[in-house]
Amino acid sequence: MTTYRFTVNAAHVEVEVPGMRRLLDVLREDLALTGTKEGCGEGECGACTVLLDGLAVDACLVPVCQVDGSAVATVEGLATRSAGDAGPVGPVGPGRASSPGRASGTGGLGGLGGLGGLGGLDGLQVAFLETGGAQCGICTPGMLMAAHAYLDAGGGPDHDAIREAIAGNLCRCTGYTKIIEAIALAATRRARSIS
Amino acid sequence: MNGSLEPEAISPRHLDEAYAALADPATRPIAGGTDMMVALAGEFAEPPPRVVNLWRLDALRGITIDGGAVSLGALTTFTQIRQSALCREHLPVLVEAAAAIGAAQIQNRGTLGGNIVNASPAGDTLPVLLALDASFVCGSSFGERTIPAESFWIDYRRTALADHELLLAIRIPLAAGRETRFRKVGTRRAQSISKVVLALSYRDAGPAEPWTAVRLALGSVAATPIRARQTEAALEGRPPTPETADKAAETLAAELDPIDDVRSTTEYRRIVAARVLHRLIREAGGW
Repeated sequence: MTTYRFTVNAAHVEVEVPGMRRLLDVLREDLALTGTKEGCGEGECGACTVLLDGLAVDACLVPVCQVDGSAVATVEGLATRSAGDAGPVGPVGPGRASSPGRASGTGGLGGLGGLGGLGGLDGLQVAFLETGGAQCGICTPGMLMAAHAYLDAGGGPDHDAIREAIAGNLCRCTGYTKIIEAIALAATRRARSIS
Repeated sequence: MNGSLEPEAISPRHLDEAYAALADPATRPIAGGTDMMVALAGEFAEPPPRVVNLWRLDALRGITIDGGAVSLGALTTFTQIRQSALCREHLPVLVEAAAAIGAAQIQNRGTLGGNIVNASPAGDTLPVLLALDASFVCGSSFGERTIPAESFWIDYRRTALADHELLLAIRIPLAAGRETRFRKVGTRRAQSISKVVLALSYRDAGPAEPWTAVRLALGSVAATPIRARQTEAALEGRPPTPETADKAAETLAAELDPIDDVRSTTEYRRIVAARVLHRLIREAGGW
């Protein structure tokens, strides 16, 4: 066992685990952040995509020894805590960690009455809801994080570029069209808010 | 995962510490993890009792030009190759190959050195490295040596690297007037393992002029990445005409004895490799 220190959604965490434990297992089992999903476990499907120092990676392929000192961003960090959301924000599992998630992000979904009920979600999450970019939801956290890396790198609404950005993320429900529309919508809004 | 699949790791920052750890043959190195983590999770092999995490070895990073060659640190990721102005200018074919590997998540972690040492016959950069006359700088506590790409992959997933050695850098000589072409055939554009992957390099004095220094290398058609030397000879000294393309494709189909596996059949690989070569020659000849 070795102690590894890094940040998850800007909160410091410390875990004492074998160095070859997958980042995916550290997030889900040790830190109780189950927003990140396991799909194939072999780097094919992208369901476990998180950002590692800003880059999209498959958390199933990264051993925790390579995360030491780095910054991890997961889907739990996208939404800000909305008023009245009393849900747990931090890990509840056995890991010794301190508040790695900012919010569960589900608090705002109770009343889906237009955008007013979506307070706290980030622009990509809102766009996914508006276009119908999520069906069963297993691919969604990974899709959101891959899309985030794309938008953060300055990606625009061009559909071919979006297709390349999410080429490592499989979805068995949507046929991708709605997901691509969601990312394009978020890109257009982001560009408008910056200009 | 149970504990036995999660070895302990050490994360040296200096090469001599890594060399010292590798003196124990039970200790195995990990670079970007995109192959090794799959093997561990899939229980394809007994996990090593201890792993040396190479990711902190900054000496294995960086892309430079020196002594008439481009030198890439073994930990250079495919994303870094794609983003490198130096690679785009001098090694566009390597950039093209890097872009054909996996997708963003894999390109952000997978390394050129890992692709080489993993020694899969389907490794997408390996034919490119053969076609570009690359050589590999390897090091251990006993010193450094350079191994040419063409003598590095000695058998199925076996390399000339000793257990206690590390691949440090990849050197690719610059050659004036060298043209290169790359083509990967898979089930889809992203995330697929190649059915056939092919890299071609040659020099010419102009678009319709005879080719010299022809190199043709292929992956996914044999136990290791290979050069097709009979086909190279059929192309050497000839201009890229329809006659040359016909002859070269015919020679390649006869020369190859591809593997038959879950991804493709022997016959498919033979026909597709010949057809891809024919098309690359046609594109070069502009007819």
